[in-house]
Amino acid sequence: MMDWLRNGARLERNGVLGLNRRNAEYTLPLNPRDRYPLVDDKTLTKELAARAGVAVPELYGVIEIQQQVRTLPRLLAKYRDFVVKPARGSQGDGILVVTGRVRDLYRVADGSLYDEHEMDFHVSNVLSGVYSLGGQTDKALIEYRVNFDPVFEAITYRGVPDVRIIVYRGVPVMAMVRLPTRLSGGKANLHQGAIGTGVDMATGRTLTAVWRTDIVAEHPDTGNPVSGVQIPHWERLLELAARSYELTGLGYQGIDIVLDRDKGPLILELNARPGLAIQMANQAGLRTRLELAERELPRLRTVADRIAFARERFAHAGKSALP
Amino acid sequence: MSRVHLYILSGLLAAAGCGFFLYKLLVFGFPLQPEARTDVWRVEVQLQFEAAGGPAKASLYVPGRTGDLVIVDQSFVSPGYGIGTERQLGHGMRADYSIREARGTQVLYYRAVVQPVRVRDDTSRDPVPPLPPPQFEGAQRIAAETVIGAARQRSSDAVTLASLVVKSLKEAPRGGEAAFLLGPQPTTRRIATVAAQLIHFAGVPALVVNGLALAPERRNARFTHWVEFHADGRWRPLYVNDADRAASHQLLAWWRGAVPLAEVSGGKELQHTVSTSRSYELATRTALNQQRALEQKLIEFSLFGLPQQSQSLFRTLLVIPVGILLLVVLRNVVGVKTFGTFMPVLIALAFRQTGLAWGLLFFCTVVALGLAARFYLERLKLLLVPRLAAVVIVVILIIAMLTVLSFKLGLERGLSIGLFPIVIMTMTIERMTLVWEERGAREALEQGLGSLVVGILCYLVMNLRIVEHLLFVFPELLLAVLAVTLLLGRYSGYRLTELYRFRVLAR
Repeated sequence: MMDWLRNGARLERNGVLGLNRRNAEYTLPLNPRDRYPLVDDKTLTKELAARAGVAVPELYGVIEIQQQVRTLPRLLAKYRDFVVKPARGSQGDGILVVTGRVRDLYRVADGSLYDEHEMDFHVSNVLSGVYSLGGQTDKALIEYRVNFDPVFEAITYRGVPDVRIIVYRGVPVMAMVRLPTRLSGGKANLHQGAIGTGVDMATGRTLTAVWRTDIVAEHPDTGNPVSGVQIPHWERLLELAARSYELTGLGYQGIDIVLDRDKGPLILELNARPGLAIQMANQAGLRTRLELAERELPRLRTVADRIAFARERFAHAGKSALP
Repeated sequence: MSRVHLYILSGLLAAAGCGFFLYKLLVFGFPLQPEARTDVWRVEVQLQFEAAGGPAKASLYVPGRTGDLVIVDQSFVSPGYGIGTERQLGHGMRADYSIREARGTQVLYYRAVVQPVRVRDDTSRDPVPPLPPPQFEGAQRIAAETVIGAARQRSSDAVTLASLVVKSLKEAPRGGEAAFLLGPQPTTRRIATVAAQLIHFAGVPALVVNGLALAPERRNARFTHWVEFHADGRWRPLYVNDADRAASHQLLAWWRGAVPLAEVSGGKELQHTVSTSRSYELATRTALNQQRALEQKLIEFSLFGLPQQSQSLFRTLLVIPVGILLLVVLRNVVGVKTFGTFMPVLIALAFRQTGLAWGLLFFCTVVALGLAARFYLERLKLLLVPRLAAVVIVVILIIAMLTVLSFKLGLERGLSIGLFPIVIMTMTIERMTLVWEERGAREALEQGLGSLVVGILCYLVMNLRIVEHLLFVFPELLLAVLAVTLLLGRYSGYRLTELYRFRVLAR
């Protein structure tokens, strides 16, 4: 007890960013409120990305009002697999990944089966705002289910792993790979039980992972080591991240990218209040990197500059932090 | 820039708050501590009616001296009305407010300051009034004679006779003579009235007394009723209610007999509200007596100048910021997770009414039952708004059932459960289910427990008498509270829980 009370000074020394400071010094001053809808509403994000020529998962349809729910079976009939997600959902809540069909039932990523009624109910819930920020009414997106690149197959338990990159005014500062576990129900969300591995910004190779508040070296379900996996198209990922600043105008954001086997990196969503667990995944403090980026910012004029800076300065120090 | 601005603003607010506080404390001599023994009460009656347009007259019984309590000061606030008082034989002192021309809503006030007397003195009481003997007819007469006969057989004098009559009425077996006289579901008032009639019928002068139990803060005080009978040359009280007997030294006899407290002619829709409070009058009055005219004005424009009813409301309102400040600290500095931003403070307010132990019990029971109902509703696949509405209805049903149940078990405190903020409870249940389903039971219970702990802490702080006293007497301290809250708005250090959460990074 007394020991972790003394942690404050050590965290400060290691440049760890706390929630209060993230809000007071990064999200509040750098993210103008009027830009939030761009990332909070995924239909807007998709439009934006499409206009900028950035790859996103294909949109199959949008259900906006309750009456449209009746047309759902007709809309879904064309697709064997798809994802239903709330346009304004937060933290991965309300996302339903359908991986296939069994007779007239939908097979969901966590292994359960949904009938037509349960699917309608889920969509209705999404529309009535159960999963949306602040509980406003919402839209339901039906989109392409990412056929994920087998690179993470050995360290994923169902679901779709994704890469989260924190971008500070166009500079990618820290990244992690979020891997679903049995506990997370196929969702790549850390507080739902997914694990996050740190990423060496220079090479795009994975480091050790964080699970809840502990450091782990192996995936808890598959038992395979999580470190040393090379993320394909790493340069392209960094470019997507660096460009996302111009896309939204948010000075501090998290960008979630999935790797599709056929289509390469796709932007899944953007986040104006990205979580802080990424620091544990990387065993490094965000503040150190953010302050470094802030100092160097005037020199970094082009996207290429910012990527080069990130690869050079945020390379993994090589300290073996494995317990 | 904004940081400096904030520091200056907070500094000014804090300085203004503390400066005014010190001025009132040192120059005015306002009490810093609530009085150790508060033995002065203020009672206020608010009369309200719709005047028809012509002359109007409202009569109101006012309290007189009783055994243990004395009226030290009384005032009638009634713009444009003439006031007259008149002693009504067998009932007590009555004040008549009259006006030649009145239209619209009329609001009249009667205020009294009541103090206990050291030496009990009964000699100045009314002589036995020539009360008309009560009328019992037919079957009632036979029943009355039976009850009195039974009591007379077992009693030796008027005192024991009277108490036996009350006892037989209180313990009236269903279908017996006493129950017949009382009628179905007798109230305290009914029992007292019948008892007085019977005792008088038996030849001992008796009447029913309508009085008020003085409580520290009561916004809608209700009258209670007991019996008074004349024996051995003096009037003696006889309490029907056990609670009244226990607190008899705080019972203020108001008027006697089965007549209404207030009546109006030339108007309609007469309503009256009675509020009582412990008074800080004496402690501040010594301060006030030394004041010059300007300072007197300042006092008049303070919370002490408000009607009693608003004063007790402000006693509660003014402690809320203290609870909220604590909540801000717990959320942003400690990092406790709670449902909803201000839910814990509202829960704490409800605890103030119910008491902590009962409040906790009720809260947990309602939320647990509500959760069970909500999980069942989940299976019916309802849409959000109807589902929330259904949960509200279920919560109200649960509260109604718990109230009846606890009342039947003889737990008076159960009645206060209705004060819980129903919509807040519903939202808590709804959010808890969602968190439960999305993030698991652990997270849901963690947040639920967090809310409860914060609520308890807020209650403990808000319920400190010194806190309530300080903020009521020195409301300018809220400026200081505001200053601290603003400063906390820029606190960007680690939260206490983060020290644990990020412990792997602390090397």
